[in-house]
Amino acid sequence: MAKRIDVSGLTAYYGSHRAIDDISMTVEPRSVTAFIGPSGCGKSTFLRTLNRMHEVTPGGRVEGKVLLDDENLYGANVDPVAVRRTVGMVFQRPNPFPTMSIFDNVAAGLRLNGKVRKSELAEVVEKSLKGANLWNEVKDRLNKPGSGLSGGQQQRLCIARAIAVEPDVLLMDEPCSALDPISTLAIEDLIGELKERFTIVIVTHNMQQAARVSDRTAFFNLAAVGQPGKLIEIDETERIFANPSVQATEDYISGRFG
Amino acid sequence: MASTTSIDTPPPPRAPQAEPPSASTSTGRAGDKIFSGLSKGSGILLLVIMASIAGFLAYRAAIAISKDEGNFLTTFDWNPSASPPVFGIAVLLFGTVVSSIIAMVIAVPIAVGIALFISHYAPRRLAAPVAYVVDLLAAVPSIIYGIWGALVLVPYLDGLNSWLDQYFAWTYIFDQTQPGVARNMLTVGILLAIMILPIVTSVSREVFLQVPRMNEEAALALGATRWEVIRLSVLPFGRSGVISASMLGLGRALGETMAVATVLSPNYLISLHLLDPGGGTFAQNIAAKFDEADEFGRDALIASGLVLFVLTLLVNGAARLIIARRKEYSGANA
Ligand SMILES: Nc1ncnc2c1ncn2[C@@H]1O[C@H](COP(=O)(O)OP(=O)(O)OP(=O)(O)O)[C@@H](O)[C@H]1O
Ligand SMILES: [Mg+2]
Repeated sequence: MAKRIDVSGLTAYYGSHRAIDDISMTVEPRSVTAFIGPSGCGKSTFLRTLNRMHEVTPGGRVEGKVLLDDENLYGANVDPVAVRRTVGMVFQRPNPFPTMSIFDNVAAGLRLNGKVRKSELAEVVEKSLKGANLWNEVKDRLNKPGSGLSGGQQQRLCIARAIAVEPDVLLMDEPCSALDPISTLAIEDLIGELKERFTIVIVTHNMQQAARVSDRTAFFNLAAVGQPGKLIEIDETERIFANPSVQATEDYISGRFG
Repeated sequence: MASTTSIDTPPPPRAPQAEPPSASTSTGRAGDKIFSGLSKGSGILLLVIMASIAGFLAYRAAIAISKDEGNFLTTFDWNPSASPPVFGIAVLLFGTVVSSIIAMVIAVPIAVGIALFISHYAPRRLAAPVAYVVDLLAAVPSIIYGIWGALVLVPYLDGLNSWLDQYFAWTYIFDQTQPGVARNMLTVGILLAIMILPIVTSVSREVFLQVPRMNEEAALALGATRWEVIRLSVLPFGRSGVISASMLGLGRALGETMAVATVLSPNYLISLHLLDPGGGTFAQNIAAKFDEADEFGRDALIASGLVLFVLTLLVNGAARLIIARRKEYSGANA
C-alpha cells in the first residue's frame, strides 16, 4: 500500500508568483517525513502539490514531476480526482463535514469510491476509528454530528476519514497546531502507529514534534519575502537536529534565525 | 438572512479609552445615550405603527365577517354587495396556495441550479454577467411581467396545455375538463416562478459562495468530483440559506397582485385540474374588486387580506422551525 514519493524539479506558482522553486526529494514509504521552515517558505504549497490540491487554488500551477512509485501524478492522462483518492490529506484546522454524523464522516470517502454495503461500511468505519484512536470515545454516538466533538477528537475523526480509504500516502499540514498538548500527544502517538501502514508527510512548526515523530526531516527556506521557497536540505531527523550540513538549518533549529 | 427582522438595539459603540478623560469620555457617553435613545425610540415607533395597522385591519375585518351570511372560510362566492352579503375565501385560499406551490416547485430547483452554476461551475468571466442578468430580472416591475404573460406566455402555453392534456391527462391535474385559453392556475404558477426566480437565485448564490474553503477542501481531498463537493459540502452548508431564499420567494408569490390579475381570467371555482381556466388569489381578488367595492365591500376585502397576512406569517414560522431544527447540524462549529 504505502508508496515512495519521488519529486523532481517541482515548481509551483500562484498566478505569476513563484511560491516554490525547483524542489527535488524522495520520501520513503512506511516512514514519517517532516517539513520544517519559516512561515511563507512554501511548505503547505509543496504539500498540496503532492495530491494535486494546489491546482484547485485560483491561479495555481505546477511544473515538474511527482512520481508515486512509478506513476507521474502530473502525467497527461492522470485524473486529479483519482490522485486525491490515493493520497489522503489532513488539514491544519479540523474540518469534518459539519452536517454529517460521525459514522457518515468516516464513510464519506468509501461512499465516493462506490462502497455502499452497510455491513462493509460499518466494518471499515470501526477499523478506521480504532486506527485513529477514537473508537472508544465515539462508539456510543456514531450517529451524532461530527461537529459536536472536541477539536482534538475532530482532528482524529478527520484522520479516520482519511485512512478509511486506505490511501498510499497521508499528508498532514500542521495537524496539531489548533490542539492542546494532550490531543497533540494523542495524534503524535497515532502517527507513530500509522507509519507502519502508510507513507506520512507532516508539516510542523514545532521542532520537538518534528524530532519526536519523524524519521527524516526536510528544511525549507526562502531568501527574502516574495522570493520563492527552496528545499535547503533533507536528511535523517537525527542528523538534521544534531549535525545539519547547512548552516541555515542549524540557525533555524536553534532559534538563531533571521 | 432570515433573522434580519429582529429589532434589538445594537450594542452602543465603545468610547475610546486612551484619550484624555475630560472631553472625550463625556461626549462619548452623551453619544451613547442619544444613539441608544434613538434606536430604542425607532424600535418602539415601529412596533406602535405595526400594532395600529394590525388593529385597524382587524377591526374592519371583524365588521365585515360579522355581517357575512355565508361561512367566511368555506364559501366560494364573493358577493359582499348582495343582500344579505355572502362571501368567502375558499377559492382565494386554494388559488393562492396552489399557484404558489406550482411556482415553488418550478422555481426553487432551477434557482438552486443557476446559483450553483454561478458559484461553482461557471468560469469567472461568465459568472458575473449571468449573475447580473438574473439580478436584472428582479428589477422588472410586476405589471410588465403581467403584460408579457398575457401577450406572450398565454398564447405560447396554449400549445403546452393541449400537449399536457393529451399525454398527461391521466395525472388528473393535467386533465383539461373546461375549454379555454391558458389563463389558468398553471400559467399563473409559471409566471410567478419566473418572477421569484431572481430573488431565490441571488440569495442562494450568496450562501453557496460563503461555504468555507476548508469544508470544500475536505471533500476535494477525499477525491470528490465537482458534483460530489457540492453534494458533500455545499448543499448541506447552504440548506438553511436556500430555505430562507425560498421563503422570500414564496412571500412574493403569495402576495403577487398585478401579474396574476393581468394573466388570470378569474372565476369562483375550485378545481385541481390545473389547466382549467379560472380560479383566483387573495391579492388578485383584492386588486380586481377594490375599485368597484363600497365601504362594506372594502371591509370584506380587508378581511381576505388579513387571511393572506396570517398565511404568510404561518409560512415564515414554519420555515424558521425547519431552520432552527437543523441548527445542531449547522456549519457554525468547525
Ligand atoms: N492562495 C494563495 N494565493 C497567492 N499566494 C499564496 C496563496 N497561498 C500562499 N501563497 C503564497 O505562497 C507562498 C508560500 O505559502 P505557504 O502557505 O505554502 O507557506 P507555508 O510555508 O505553508 O507557511 P506557514 O508556515 O505560515 O503555513 C507565500 O509567499 C504565500 O504568500
Ligand atoms: Mg502552511
